[in-house]
Amino acid sequence: MKRTKKVPSVAHTWRQDWKRNKALYFFVLPAVVEVFIFHYIPMYGAQIAFRNFKPARGIWGSAWAGFKWFDRFFSSFQSQTVIVNTLVLSILLLVCSMPVSIFFALLVNQYKNASFKKVIQTVSYAPHFISTVVMCGMIILFLSPSQGLYGTICKALGVTAGNPMGEAGLFRPIYILTDIWQQMGWESIIYIAALSSVDPGLYDAATVDGAGKLQKTIHIELPSLVPTITLIFIMRIGGILSIGFEKAYLLQNNLNLSTSEILATYVYKVGLVQNAQYSYSAAIGLMNSVVNMSMLIFFNWLSRRFSENSLW
Amino acid sequence: MRQEKLRNMSRGDAAFTVLTWILGALILLIIIYPLWYVVISSFSDPDLVLNGKVWIVPLRPTLEGYQYLLGDVAIWLGYRNTIIYAVGGTTLSMLVTVPAAYALSRRDFKARRPLMLFFLFTMYFSGGLIPTYLLISNTLGMSNTVWVMIIPFCLNVYNMIIVRSFFESSLPQDLWEAAQLDGCSNTRFLVSVAIPLSKAVISVVMLYYLVGKWNEYFNAMMYLRDAKLSPLQLILRDILLLNETMANSTTGGEGFDASLRRATLVKYGSAIVGTLPMLILYPFIQKYFEKGVMLGAVKG
Repeated sequence: MKRTKKVPSVAHTWRQDWKRNKALYFFVLPAVVEVFIFHYIPMYGAQIAFRNFKPARGIWGSAWAGFKWFDRFFSSFQSQTVIVNTLVLSILLLVCSMPVSIFFALLVNQYKNASFKKVIQTVSYAPHFISTVVMCGMIILFLSPSQGLYGTICKALGVTAGNPMGEAGLFRPIYILTDIWQQMGWESIIYIAALSSVDPGLYDAATVDGAGKLQKTIHIELPSLVPTITLIFIMRIGGILSIGFEKAYLLQNNLNLSTSEILATYVYKVGLVQNAQYSYSAAIGLMNSVVNMSMLIFFNWLSRRFSENSLW
Repeated sequence: MRQEKLRNMSRGDAAFTVLTWILGALILLIIIYPLWYVVISSFSDPDLVLNGKVWIVPLRPTLEGYQYLLGDVAIWLGYRNTIIYAVGGTTLSMLVTVPAAYALSRRDFKARRPLMLFFLFTMYFSGGLIPTYLLISNTLGMSNTVWVMIIPFCLNVYNMIIVRSFFESSLPQDLWEAAQLDGCSNTRFLVSVAIPLSKAVISVVMLYYLVGKWNEYFNAMMYLRDAKLSPLQLILRDILLLNETMANSTTGGEGFDASLRRATLVKYGSAIVGTLPMLILYPFIQKYFEKGVMLGAVKG
């Protein structure tokens, strides 16, 4: 966002640079090796999606299979459910959680009382640090008809308690509402930071024009968030199919599987839990990555076309 | 900042201000109450919890759940393993992240752009779960060892960008040029100038790594089969989600009611046991985390 005024001299040839900045090459070396091994080698290994991979034969020894595994996935009866579940869950999550964090940031920005502002920020960030395991444990415990808060409230009201975790229709609301509870404060930090850099002159001008607080929020603060919102949106859309494995997996049970089975959990089960169908599972994973990457490129292009905000 | 007085405001502004306070109080309540409910339930007589009598303070306080939990060897083993993974993993991560971030922050480093692309690409594209699994467990043979919890993915590109952005904005090129004229080497500059000047951001990133390692569960589930290596989160999952304790205690000849009572207490208690270290540290480190988010927001 900031441009440097002074352009430092960069060596003309690699040999010169090596001579001058040898230490810098050694500084990045461990990071490069780490990323090369654990990120780039698996990308190379993803070619097993196009082979009949047998562990005993290795990647090279396994015969080519073309698009066999992709065909099998798209013609399987689960593929549609799994893709729809993934898309619906992540789009709903994006559409529900972003406005809430933005709203919360605007709210926090209204408080002129510094200590209340600090309290509400401290408290709202806290749930972010609860691990997924504990979070899911809490959700299941709270919603349990026999042990939880939900069950006791039902009892107090004299209603028969159902089992919310066992109902496929409730999986998405539960997932999304608890996610908002856990991440709202944390995700608002970046918007709060953007709000703190609004030009105070704008407020004064608005006051002179007779604008109230609500008008200032709508006409000054909200528009000032647009660049941040666009960037966050593009970044989140790039992960649209890779919605977290952990939470969905931990909240899953046989009763809600028809809505809770998403690509990440399906890939895990097919590849590593049930009879190790490596190639098939790798094919689904690869499709997932390609779709994510395309979404990111597309939305970034779109944003660059219609506004000046983009990732690159 | 001057406190605003409601009576000095226009009627619309006053109503708006009151509304923001009510909303704020409501949000505080919604966030705090579930956490508070877990705390009081873990200390109360489970019969009263199950009958919906416990709402605001613990009733008939008991430590039964905690006694049971802390008497469980698995919990202690989990704590020990998690501490080893968290300390070892964070140390390695920092050793890899900080020097790389420094090199990439130097504008006169010719490989800067291509290397940034090399790193950034991995944030948006991955080979997928299965090829990664095959690499780590078959090719490298790291399954079921301590190393699998420490070495793979020890570099988080996002964290590296945070440190790099900070170096870029706080270490002017002139400073390096002046130091260079005095015969200061890159290594010396990093160790005695760059790092001491960047303690704040380094602690932020260190805490990010630490929290990540503390809460890590997926890799442990994938690669560790030996129960002796299980980190705390895997053990908590067994207690909280797989009903292990319930199954165990019913076979022990207790009635269903007794095991349900115990399970309830133990579950609420284990949520606390697993989160306690974070909850204790949290108020002190909260402002650092906040700073990290803002630094990370600088475009890569």
